[in-house]
Amino acid sequence: MAGVTLDTVRKIYAGNVEAVKGVSLGIEDGSFCVLVGPSGCGKSTLLRMIAGLETISGGEIRIGDRVVNQVEPADRDIAMVFQNYALYPHMSVYDNMAYGLRNRKTPKDEIERRVREAARILAIEPFLDRKPRALSGGQRQRVAMGRAIVRKPQVFLFDEPLSNLDAKLRVQMRVEIKRLQKALGVTSIYVTHDQVEAMTLSDKLVVMSGGQIEQVGSPSEVYRRPETRFVATFIGSPPMNILPGTVEGPGRVSVGGQVIAVTDMREGLAPGSAIEVGLRPEDVQAGGAPGASSLAMDVDFVEELGATQLFHGKVAGAEFVVQASTGQIAAETRKLTLSIDPGNVHLFDPQTTKRLGRV
Amino acid sequence: MVENRPFAQFMAYLTLVLGVIVVAFPVYLAIMASTFDAATIINGNMPLIPGDQAAENYTRTLFYGGKQAREPVAMMMVNSMVMAMGIAIGKIIISILSAFAVVYFKFPFRKTAFWIIFITLMLPVEVRIYPTYKIVADLGLLDTYTGLIMPLIASATGTLLFRQFFMTIPDELLEASKIDGAGAFRFFKDTLLPLSITTIAALFVIQFIYGWNQYLWPLLITTKSSMQTIVIGIKKMITTTDALTEWQIAMTTAVLAMVPPVLVVIFMQRLFVKGLVETEK
Repeated sequence: MAGVTLDTVRKIYAGNVEAVKGVSLGIEDGSFCVLVGPSGCGKSTLLRMIAGLETISGGEIRIGDRVVNQVEPADRDIAMVFQNYALYPHMSVYDNMAYGLRNRKTPKDEIERRVREAARILAIEPFLDRKPRALSGGQRQRVAMGRAIVRKPQVFLFDEPLSNLDAKLRVQMRVEIKRLQKALGVTSIYVTHDQVEAMTLSDKLVVMSGGQIEQVGSPSEVYRRPETRFVATFIGSPPMNILPGTVEGPGRVSVGGQVIAVTDMREGLAPGSAIEVGLRPEDVQAGGAPGASSLAMDVDFVEELGATQLFHGKVAGAEFVVQASTGQIAAETRKLTLSIDPGNVHLFDPQTTKRLGRV
Repeated sequence: MVENRPFAQFMAYLTLVLGVIVVAFPVYLAIMASTFDAATIINGNMPLIPGDQAAENYTRTLFYGGKQAREPVAMMMVNSMVMAMGIAIGKIIISILSAFAVVYFKFPFRKTAFWIIFITLMLPVEVRIYPTYKIVADLGLLDTYTGLIMPLIASATGTLLFRQFFMTIPDELLEASKIDGAGAFRFFKDTLLPLSITTIAALFVIQFIYGWNQYLWPLLITTKSSMQTIVIGIKKMITTTDALTEWQIAMTTAVLAMVPPVLVVIFMQRLFVKGLVETEK
C-alpha cells in the first residue's frame, strides 16, 4: 500500500501543446481519488503519466517514497482498468487475469489461488474458461477489474471504466467498485467526466480544467463551496446558474435591480463593482411572495423529470433554471418569484472567476 | 429479392451455368485428356468421358522421366512446393515483422521506411529483373532454392495488409500488456500473433498461389533440370521442336499442377472464414 504524490507534473506534447500544466497533488494511502473534468482537461493524460504510459515532461511522480518518473509501467506496482476493458480477445478469462502474473514468474499454484480468489470476489467464477467475446459488458468490466486485483498492486488506476456500460449497469458497477475499493483498501485513482460518478465514488475529488487543478476537496466541500466558477457550473446537475450582478454593500448584491442578501461574501468589495452571482437550481425556493432577497423569473418552458420539474427561463436577462418538486408549482406558471436563502448564494469575480467568499 | 419472376430466374441461372461452363470446360478437358494415350488425343476426336490410361499416365508422369530429358513431375512438384512454401512463409515472416516495426515502434524516418516499402509495390520482379538477376548470380545463388525464393520474399502487399490490421487493434491492448509486464516481443508473440492468424491465413493463400504460379523468375535462374518447377515443366513439354508433344503427359502435369493450390484454397479457406467469424478485437 502506498500513497501517490504529484509534484508540479507537466506534460508537453510535440508542438508545444501543454496538456498538463504543473499539477501538484497528494493522494493519501488507501483513499479513493477521482479526477473529474471535461474532455481535454488533461485528466486522462495525468492518469496515463502515473501509469507510465506517457512520459513525464516535468515534475515528479512518487508512488510511496519511490520516484517513478523513469520506471517502466510494469515495475510501478500499479494496475489499470481501461475504458474499453482491453481484455486479450484470444485468451480465456482465466488467462487474461493470469497473464500479468505469469510474466512476473509467479508460481503456478499462487496464480491459480489468486485468480480463483479474484473470480470469487467479482462473481465471475462460472466464466473463467470463456473468451471475453462471450461475456456481457458488465462481465467484461469485472474481468478487467479482476486482472487488476490479482496483481495486488499498490495503486489502482481507472480510466473511465464505466462509460461503455448502459445506465443501469453503470450504477450497479459504481457501487461495486466503491465497495471493492473499501474492502481491499488499495489507493485508487479514477478518471471520469461523469460528475455523479465523481461525487459518489470519491474520498477526494479533484476537479480539473485546461490542464490545471481547479479544486481539490471532499465531494461535499466541492459541491458546497466551489472555489471557481468553473467548478460551480461543472459539479451539480443541472448546473449552477450564474447571474451578472453588482455589489451593493457588505452582505448585499443586486441582480437586475433586485437586492439579495449573501452570507458568504468577501469583505471590502467596492460597492458598484461587477460580480457574478451563482445559484444552484435546487437551492432556490420557487413560489411565494416577492419580498426581501427575492428574484423575479420569466418562465419559458418546463421539463418534467418525474419527481421534479425544471423551470427554464430568464432572471435579469440571463438564463436561469429552477428545480422544484412536481406539483409544487403549476406547470403553466409564467412568472415566478424566487426566494433566495443568503447562505446559498455563491459569488465569483468576473475577471478571475475565483470565489469571492469569506477568507 | 422476393418477387417471383420465372423468366428472370431462368435467365439468371442460364447466365450462371454458361459462365461455369466457360470456366470449367477447359479444366474438364484437361482432366479427361490425362486419361487417354497420345494417339487418341492427337487424332482430334477425343471422347469426353474418361479413358482407361489414367493410372499409366499419372505414374509415368509423376515418377519416370521422359524422352526430351524430362524430369519426373514428382520432383518438379517438390521444387514448386519448396518455392511456393518458401515464398509464402518468408513473406509472412518478413512482412509481419516489418509491419510490427512500422506500427508499434517510434523511430526516426519511420514514415519514410513505410513509404519505401510501399513504393516497392510498383517494382514487381519483372521490372527489376536485371539487377535482381545480377545480384542473385553474383551471390552464386543460381540453381538454388535460396535464389528462387529470396528475391520474391520482400512484400509490400503483406506489410500493408498487416499494417492495416495492426492499426485496428486498440492501443489499450498494448498498454494493458505493458502494465502486465510484457515487453515488445512478448506482446508480439502473445497478443499480436494469435490475433493475426486470420490475416496470416489470407496472406498465405494469396502468396502460396503467387509462388506456385511463378514463371519468369524460375525460368531465368534455373538451368539445371533438377531445379525445374512444374510450371516451367509444362512449358517445356509443349514446346518441343523435333518431337511430338506428349499431350497426355502435358495434360496430366497440368492437372497435377492444379492440385496443391486447390488444396491450399480449400483447406485455408476454412480457417480463414472460421477466423473471420470468430475473431473480435
